[in-house]
Amino acid sequence: MHIVVCMKQVPDSAQIRVHPVTNTIMRQGVPTIINPYDLFAIEEALRLRQQFGGEVTILTMGPPSAEDSLRKALSFGADRAVLLTDRFFAGADTLATTYALATAIRKIGKEFGPPDIVFTGKQTIDGDTAQVGPGVAKRLGLMQLTYVSHIDKVDLKSGTIEVERRSEGGVQKLRSKMPCLISILEGVNEMRIGSLTDALKAARATIIKWSAQDAGVEDIAKCGLRGSPTIVKRVFAPKPRAEKAEFIELGDKPGDAFIEELFKRRPKLEAELEQLTRGY
Amino acid sequence: MNDTAKAPASAGRAAAKKELPEHLKAYKHVWIFIEQERGQVHPVSWELMGAGRILANKLGVDLAAVVVGARNEATQAVVRESFNYGADLAYLVADDILMDYRNESYTKAMTDLVNTYQPEILLLGATTLGRDLAGSVATTLLTGLTADCTELDVDAEGSLAATRPTFGGSLLCTIFTLNYRPQMATVRPRVMPMPERLEKPLGRVVEHPLGMVEDDIVTKVLSFLPDRDSTKSNLAFADVVVAGGLGLGSPENFQLIRQLAASIGAEFGCSRPLVQKGWVSSDRQIGQTGKTIRPKLYIAAGISGAIQHRVGVEGADYIVAINTDKNAPIFDFAHVGIVTDAVRLLPILTEAFSKRLSPHQRDRLAS
Amino acid sequence: MIDERFDAIVVGAGMAGNAAALTLAKRGLKVLQLERGEYSGSKNVQGAILYADMLEKLVPNFREDAPLERHLVEQRFWMMDDNSHTGLHYRSDEFNEERPNRYTIIRAQFDKWFSKKVQEAGAVVLCETTVLELLQDAYGKVIGVRSDRISGKIGADVVVLAEGVSGLLGTRAGLRKMPDKNNVALAVKEMHFLPQETLEARFNLRGDEGAVIEAVGTISQGMTGMGFIYTNKESISLGIGCLVADFEKTGQTPYGLLEKFKQHPSVAALIAGSEVKEYAAHLIPEGGFKAIPQLYGDGWVVVGDAAQLNNAVHREGSNLAMTSGRLAAEAIFQIKSRRDPMTKKNLSLYKKMLDESFVMKDLKKYRDMPDLLHIQAQNFFLTYPQLVSKAMTNFLRVDGTPKREKEKATFRSFLTARSPMGLVGDAVRLARAWR
Ligand SMILES: Cc1cc2nc3c(=O)[nH]c(=O)nc-3n(C[C@H](O)[C@H](O)[C@H](O)COP(=O)(O)OP(=O)(O)OC[C@H]3O[C@@H](n4cnc5c(N)ncnc54)[C@H](O)[C@@H]3O)c2cc1C
Ligand SMILES: Cc1cc2nc3c(=O)[nH]c(=O)nc-3n(C[C@H](O)[C@H](O)[C@H](O)COP(=O)(O)OP(=O)(O)OC[C@H]3O[C@@H](n4cnc5c(N)ncnc54)[C@H](O)[C@@H]3O)c2cc1C
Ligand SMILES: Nc1ncnc2c1ncn2[C@@H]1O[C@H](COP(=O)(O)O)[C@@H](O)[C@H]1O
Repeated sequence: MHIVVCMKQVPDSAQIRVHPVTNTIMRQGVPTIINPYDLFAIEEALRLRQQFGGEVTILTMGPPSAEDSLRKALSFGADRAVLLTDRFFAGADTLATTYALATAIRKIGKEFGPPDIVFTGKQTIDGDTAQVGPGVAKRLGLMQLTYVSHIDKVDLKSGTIEVERRSEGGVQKLRSKMPCLISILEGVNEMRIGSLTDALKAARATIIKWSAQDAGVEDIAKCGLRGSPTIVKRVFAPKPRAEKAEFIELGDKPGDAFIEELFKRRPKLEAELEQLTRGY
Repeated sequence: MNDTAKAPASAGRAAAKKELPEHLKAYKHVWIFIEQERGQVHPVSWELMGAGRILANKLGVDLAAVVVGARNEATQAVVRESFNYGADLAYLVADDILMDYRNESYTKAMTDLVNTYQPEILLLGATTLGRDLAGSVATTLLTGLTADCTELDVDAEGSLAATRPTFGGSLLCTIFTLNYRPQMATVRPRVMPMPERLEKPLGRVVEHPLGMVEDDIVTKVLSFLPDRDSTKSNLAFADVVVAGGLGLGSPENFQLIRQLAASIGAEFGCSRPLVQKGWVSSDRQIGQTGKTIRPKLYIAAGISGAIQHRVGVEGADYIVAINTDKNAPIFDFAHVGIVTDAVRLLPILTEAFSKRLSPHQRDRLAS
Repeated sequence: MIDERFDAIVVGAGMAGNAAALTLAKRGLKVLQLERGEYSGSKNVQGAILYADMLEKLVPNFREDAPLERHLVEQRFWMMDDNSHTGLHYRSDEFNEERPNRYTIIRAQFDKWFSKKVQEAGAVVLCETTVLELLQDAYGKVIGVRSDRISGKIGADVVVLAEGVSGLLGTRAGLRKMPDKNNVALAVKEMHFLPQETLEARFNLRGDEGAVIEAVGTISQGMTGMGFIYTNKESISLGIGCLVADFEKTGQTPYGLLEKFKQHPSVAALIAGSEVKEYAAHLIPEGGFKAIPQLYGDGWVVVGDAAQLNNAVHREGSNLAMTSGRLAAEAIFQIKSRRDPMTKKNLSLYKKMLDESFVMKDLKKYRDMPDLLHIQAQNFFLTYPQLVSKAMTNFLRVDGTPKREKEKATFRSFLTARSPMGLVGDAVRLARAWR
């Protein structure tokens, strides 16, 4: 089977700094990482390949430097990596991003065989909208399976797939058809360490680089800034919660003291805890 | 918004001005999607009715509740309830194939409604359902969507100004959808105040057919396992969470976390190193690469509060941190801090809570 | 062992490893470099001083694209007590030269850039790959390494150990003994971010000018340490180092020391309002000449910190690392081009080259540091400023000419002008770290 994984290179959230005066991001020296959520998608794809054979293609839209992350993805054992990079893509919001990605996935389908499954992570840690997955699914007319916590069954012959989906009040068991788009839930698997051979392969692999034109984009106006209906008017740092934690001393009867202090500050909590404990 | 923080880009986009095409001028009124599963309305929907009311008043337009569900009493009840939370009118798509949420059917219902009755603003909860639905609805309508908002307003020109965190909360950005309609946003649960519920008579209900039969829907729901009957971690949705970190020192000591959690009916969680050490299963990890939680109360013991942990818990209403190091970063965002040895304090709390919350105790308090 | 073989495997992608891998690759050898960290530099203490000369020998035009922070025009030595400091403050416009000699860098970024050069030169660089052990044949000859990756054994004619101060691999393989804790200092370091304008105002810097402060004295009860402050573009690297043995004796924690240092009035003012981003701890070899272990053997050489090559007095480590890495590579290349095997005997060429370089000459020179530093503190107050200035320029310039020759070159009265170095030495002697 052919699996495409959409992966994004993001700045390490731990390293983001905001200029106190200009309120813009200080990118100097902020290292980039593979969007942590996407690692679960990559791993899940590799597991399916182990089980059913086939190929895993990693797709990223981003700056040329995103090549590093793609190489890393290859070192886990992916078969090929496509970097969608073009100044026309710059400043894309989710709608424009899904247009570019969907176009590229069609092209990937033509070049390397149509995908049975397209994976995305749950969300990115920079945009964190969790919208790109659904958008890509809609544009490609793929069955949309989001927040998937487990893939129960894949039947290539009948093209059916069964998954567990995290829904608000519980877990849905769904049966659907491939080709489908799966946004995988975090923490459902452990990323492997690639073999030395894979790592060597990755280090030497050539990353496939596509411009908008290469990818088969017909309408540049649908890309990047121009293709984005949303307009970011203002980017600013949240007011840091002025007051730090209020430190409380518990004295010699710490247990009761804790409860008193807690309920004193959050009167509603007492009733709510009563509620919860009664349930048990 | 994959680019919100690219300062130059956003600068460029900020420059863009409003020139709403004629055919979109007809779009009016504020819609709230009432999220319900089997008659259970997600609280965020009522919170949105409160927020929507403010927007509608500012714009001088109607506030409409949108209910999609099975053709049954439960759904009717939801419609009725929506008026008690301030709806001027309600749109209803009722069909038994809408019993369970499925992207295909719900997307069809919503896009048809929007295309027919043309709202200018459409708000959904930023829940798993809301985000799944909003993404495909917006893409079908080819309009803008601002995800996971924490603040809503309308500017002088009457455009929706949606503010949302980005870069894991280290930045906020205010986003507009000037030249497309409807202006769509999903809103984080528990950030908007819950409005007052006032008994009101049933108002105008506009019903719309789904125009789809079961056979048109590829995806089938085989079963639904509600969280209450599940043994799996329900962290993301728990009202109270107790979590432990490396500070506990040993897997044995992590039992203290489970015990305290049990004594107050909480879910338990942990920081990443404990998962990596194999002390706790990965579905219990809280943070950037674990679960994002939004409990009413979060108790963190022996957790330093690294940014990747922080982004997972900042949505909590109230954070209590127990840590031996008064300089631990967790005290920068916790509300209450206790500087002490968690290993000693935890069992004491467990005992105190069990006493305080145990039934016979409660009865005595009552009499 | 996987089939593919390499001419050389370099363990570690720090300054020494990168210098070695770059040189080997440029010489057309088939090189594999393995780095534990997520990328070259990711495991390295942020912020350091770079000496241009050694880098020029590897990447002549590095100034074009290397991520350099600031070139140093100002050097301050502080002797601190709990709430004051006495300082020697040297600044010269001569340092604003065409091709400056010393820069501040941020290792994480610099090493990344360096690593790109290595890759461009044709070496295969694998990160997130930890070498667990050296593979040896029956006769103890090193024939390859075992990494933590699945089926992670791979062979090479020679292994270059550039694993940094821990020297773990060499020790495990019984090629050398563990570094003695009396010979290693533990340094902790923080990055404090400030808006560029603020930073430049506080240190009165213009453009890319930078300043360095090195501080010694009683920074906390009983224990003395050496603190340092480097200015980067929009951040300050700030840290303190002490002998590991000392930490054990006093029970002080490095972080405690650092806190004290930061709270010192003279320092607090400089970092006020800054945002702390990284905190890192790292060992520095302090043993000098006497602590240098066996540097080569059958199928292996050791370079950089792993070889304890670190000149504490002149705070030079990375340049010794770069030079040793380069020389080891040159030696290997020569042996290779003679089609000779990588035996202990042949690899002794590396030691020979090292002995002839400034590296060993300098390390030898400071062999007896303690005695050499026998000067009263007040000497400093007597020394003539202009002499100081001359001496300083000389003292601070690092260009690979052995220090002794340099001193011969300058006029006799220069001897007195030793005092600035005496000052450091003296201070430094207080700061046991530097013994
Ligand atoms: C890409 C990436 C993603 C990550 N994702 C996550 C994530 O999703 N979730 C996550 O949690 N981490 C994540 N991390 C790791 C994160 O950076 C921290 O390393 C981690 O959160 C630290 O866990 P900790 O607080 O339990 O341990 P430590 O940081 O070691 O903190 C232990 C704390 O316990 C205190 N302590 C010690 N003894 C006691 C005692 N007896 N009583 C009370 N307190 C005591 C100490 O003062 C200290 O503050 C991620 C890191 C990266 C790079
Ligand atoms: C606080 C501090 C300040 C300093 N300031 C200066 C200064 O201003 N100027 C100066 O010239 N020098 C300075 N030094 C010294 C300088 O940093 C070192 O001398 C230099 O980095 C040595 O380079 P190296 O390549 O030998 O070791 P390192 O730079 O430590 O590189 C070793 C590399 O090997 C990797 N590694 C280790 N073990 C393994 C393994 N088993 N498998 C794979 N990879 C492995 C590590 O991840 C690391 O990347 C300073 C040092 C410290 C601690
Ligand atoms: N630029 C991009 N290139 C490739 N995949 C992306 C990109 N942006 C988002 N994705 C995928 O879409 C998922 C959701 O992203 P987001 O909607 O930004 O939260 C991510 O986890 C990725 O799998």
